[in-house]
Amino acid sequence: MNTHPLLIFIAAIFPHNIALTYILGMCPLIAISKNLKTAFGMGISVIFVVTLTAVINWFVYNLILLPTNSQIISYVIFIITIAASVQLVEMLLERFFPPLQVAFGIFLPLITVNCIVLAVSLFMVLREYDFIKTVCFASGSAIGWAITIVTVSAIKEKLLLIADIPKGLKGPAITMIILGILSLAFMGFGGMVKIR
Amino acid sequence: MFKKIKKLTYTRPFRIIINGLWKDNPIFCMVLGICSSLAITNRVENAIAMGLGVTFVTVATSVIISAMRNFIPSRVRMITYMVVISTFVICVDQFLKAFFPTISEAMGPYVGLIITNCIVMGRAEGFAMKNPVVYSFLDALSCGIGYTYTLLIISIIREILAFGTILRYRVMPQTWTNWVALAMAPGAFVLLALYLWIMRTLAKVEPEK
Repeated sequence: MNTHPLLIFIAAIFPHNIALTYILGMCPLIAISKNLKTAFGMGISVIFVVTLTAVINWFVYNLILLPTNSQIISYVIFIITIAASVQLVEMLLERFFPPLQVAFGIFLPLITVNCIVLAVSLFMVLREYDFIKTVCFASGSAIGWAITIVTVSAIKEKLLLIADIPKGLKGPAITMIILGILSLAFMGFGGMVKIR
Repeated sequence: MFKKIKKLTYTRPFRIIINGLWKDNPIFCMVLGICSSLAITNRVENAIAMGLGVTFVTVATSVIISAMRNFIPSRVRMITYMVVISTFVICVDQFLKAFFPTISEAMGPYVGLIITNCIVMGRAEGFAMKNPVVYSFLDALSCGIGYTYTLLIISIIREILAFGTILRYRVMPQTWTNWVALAMAPGAFVLLALYLWIMRTLAKVEPEK
């Protein structure tokens, strides 16, 4: 399958949005979407971490796991790589860019257990992307996710000011309804680009 | 007899089981593990496989972590959980690939994503790290079953409305028009929202501020 990398990038943001069509990364979408500013911070950190870990995992998978024919342990290796690189980024930020650490530091430990970091690596293996496509797919997915969380939190901020939400719907349930409507809207992008 | 049953309801194992199944149900009270519960529930068979897989991984992880809880330094406990969890997820993945290749194909990367399912991690961190093996086992088992029955309810509704079948046996008349949106993401979101609404009203969950 020979799709142009740029197409993969666009497809990962809109028609194949990782949050709204593959339903991944829901926990932070529900928990951290109360405030627009925090949501923005989380989105930026996710873009950075997802791209970084996908690149590292691509090298690990293609240079170490494939030649030694040990794809079976890829889950363990991927999750360790993710945890280690997040830890490393946190330490580097603390040492060299303290203001950034203050801004994004609280999000980094949370990202380790964010499904989309692992999901991007797994999709990359499943679809047999080469290096350029991996970078495009990872950054596109992360940008798509960031767009989603920022949109949801903006809607939620306005909604909580004016709406009289029934008691049982408050909190996570109303977020799911917002996400449902958003994903209906994103289905409109459906025919734009086809990737596997 | 009645007194005996009432007395039983105050014992610790009983309380743990009730908490997992109803009061602290992973999906509608703690709202954990949503990704997998939505993404794979368009077919009942996938939901059964996912539920049992998560139950197995949660139980195994909780027992192991609980047995090792005095030897794990608290600074590296997260990565310990991760390694233990992903080892068991590999077992589930290989099992599905060997015995149920069609289900394994349909679930794709979502089997691997059991690793980041917050329920497994949540039980290990919140319960197994502080409690003896027997209680951890009960807690993990009841949470797993609580998760599985929620998945079953959602997937049955979705499969009936979206395909007119249950486990691929046709239950709706031939003239039934499939609700395609329910097989895809938007239907899943709205259905889960309604489910959360009903269950949280029934279980009297207080919304957090």
